Amino acid sequence: MTAFLIRRIGQAAAVVMGVMVLTFVLIHLEPGSAARAALGPHVTAGRIAIFNSTYGLNEPLYRQFGGYLAQVARGNLGTSYALQQPVSTLIAQRLPRDLLLLGVSTALALILALPLGLYQALRRNRPGDYVFTGIAFTLYSMPDFLLAIALIAVFCVQLRLLPPEAPQATTVTGLLADPRALILPVLTLALVSVASFSRYMRSSAIDTLAQDYIRVARAKGLSRRLILARHVLRNSLLPVITIVGLSFPAIVAGAVIAEEVFNFPGMGLLFYQAATSHDFPVLLGSTLVVGISTVIGSLAADIAYAVLDPRIRYGRG
Amino acid sequence: MAAAEQPPLAAPDGPAGPAVDAMAGRPGGPLRRIAATFAENRAAVAGLGLIAAITLFCFAGPLIYPTNQVTVQLGLAKLPPGGRFPLGTDPSGYNVLGRLMVGGQSSLELGFAVSIATTVLGTAYGAVAGLAGGIVDALMMRVIDTALAVPALVLLLILVNVVTPNLGVIILLLTLLSWLPIARLVRGEVLTLKTREFVQAVKVMGATRRRIVLRHLAPNAIGVIVVNATFTLSDAILTLSALSFLGLGLPPPQADWGGMLSGGLNYLFDGYWWLVYPPAVILILTVVAFNLIGDAVRDALDVRLQRP
Repeated sequence: MTAFLIRRIGQAAAVVMGVMVLTFVLIHLEPGSAARAALGPHVTAGRIAIFNSTYGLNEPLYRQFGGYLAQVARGNLGTSYALQQPVSTLIAQRLPRDLLLLGVSTALALILALPLGLYQALRRNRPGDYVFTGIAFTLYSMPDFLLAIALIAVFCVQLRLLPPEAPQATTVTGLLADPRALILPVLTLALVSVASFSRYMRSSAIDTLAQDYIRVARAKGLSRRLILARHVLRNSLLPVITIVGLSFPAIVAGAVIAEEVFNFPGMGLLFYQAATSHDFPVLLGSTLVVGISTVIGSLAADIAYAVLDPRIRYGRG
Repeated sequence: MAAAEQPPLAAPDGPAGPAVDAMAGRPGGPLRRIAATFAENRAAVAGLGLIAAITLFCFAGPLIYPTNQVTVQLGLAKLPPGGRFPLGTDPSGYNVLGRLMVGGQSSLELGFAVSIATTVLGTAYGAVAGLAGGIVDALMMRVIDTALAVPALVLLLILVNVVTPNLGVIILLLTLLSWLPIARLVRGEVLTLKTREFVQAVKVMGATRRRIVLRHLAPNAIGVIVVNATFTLSDAILTLSALSFLGLGLPPPQADWGGMLSGGLNYLFDGYWWLVYPPAVILILTVVAFNLIGDAVRDALDVRLQRP
């Protein structure tokens, strides 16, 4: 296990490095775009030159990248052009809020999706299965923003139950102080994930139910409940765990949209605003955070896999 | 609607039982077997019919029902459905029914183009990596891991702010961002197939590399590729709509369903329902139809599901 972990972490570090190179090259494709975004469209060439030399944007790309890496190694992610604040401060403020939003919504999605997928597998091709399959397909096929606005239309405008804007508190405890305002952003992200997680759980449980060991368990006279809890659920979870670990990029993409709709002050909104205003340091910093999180996600999926499946023991081969 | 026509677990002698049995012994390549199972899935056939109808509506529709989709006519803005305008007009005075056709052309062209391009690119890359093996394979896969570690929407947001979007550019960008999963799948498939007995056997019989790839590997990997192509297609349409919502989609007077929808949502609470429901319904129907097809092909491929 240790050898496997070391190799896996080495790979992860290489991937994160690659992510930084990729983002760095992408955002520097158009010279002068940052200056124009920060100083306005009618800025003179002279002002652009001053801006570029202030932020070191006129040096060769590899030099800039080397300088950036040296700063990152010291924990300095640079200063936002638009907000004039250290990027690390901005991320430190917003990341905990996202961990709350994404954590709660993913947990909710799993709590809903696992029993749902199992139920559908057991009632396969009967009315209950068809109804939930229909719902899952519709949710999955909807643009995220439509789902978010439909929820606002129902719960805020029609029923007047919930506020349409996420809480604007700066701390996590502040966010939790207004739980009603968190319901809709969490629900939006959870529903999108429920649709795909329950599909995977359904097909995985159908596979498991057809296995010989389930037949053996049944023949031994084990109770239905015990078979479901001990054998079906545990074995069906494996593929779903992988999917959850690997769907992190999709969850982040959903978060960008949900944060924009509900004005949730998280990383997604920060990133979106940085992208439209060519705020390079913020773009680089937030992509780095997302890249690291994705790598951690797939690493966590691998480890969870080994914990759940006694047949998998890393590091022996 | 997975395997709608296949017998449930508890009743292996269900109505579709004999058909499945007949199929197992049916001659012909895997493609024909997939097609047969697919045809038995009513939901998937309905999906295919729906796609055909919507494609016809978008591309043949404007020939029968030509409308102005270029010049803004504020005098005709936001008219309710009825009379000359069966689905009303939008804030620029465009006929909504006609705009659904024109917008659908962009959405479908994008979907098909991205799907085909990613399939070609991803399959080639994955096949080369899988066949080469060793260090080449390892390097090629690390490149994919890296690119996959950043959400496509994130990279896309960076890119559309650097270049001015038009349909061709968005197709190109989405292709560059969507070919990674298929490359990985094809490589996995090739690695598995390479070790299978029948491939080993033809290799021993002295078949050329080219023959092994074209006659043995490609037909066996085609299923995975087709499934992925349909899901890529629906994802591309949804991603374009997300970009439009963020204000980074096609510039006017061009249209796509996502852009019409996100534009219409601004007026949702003022009672202009005809700006929201038509694009929402056609967009969701299209994506659902493609997903049904993908799901059915996947079931048709799954041998374990065919003989429970």
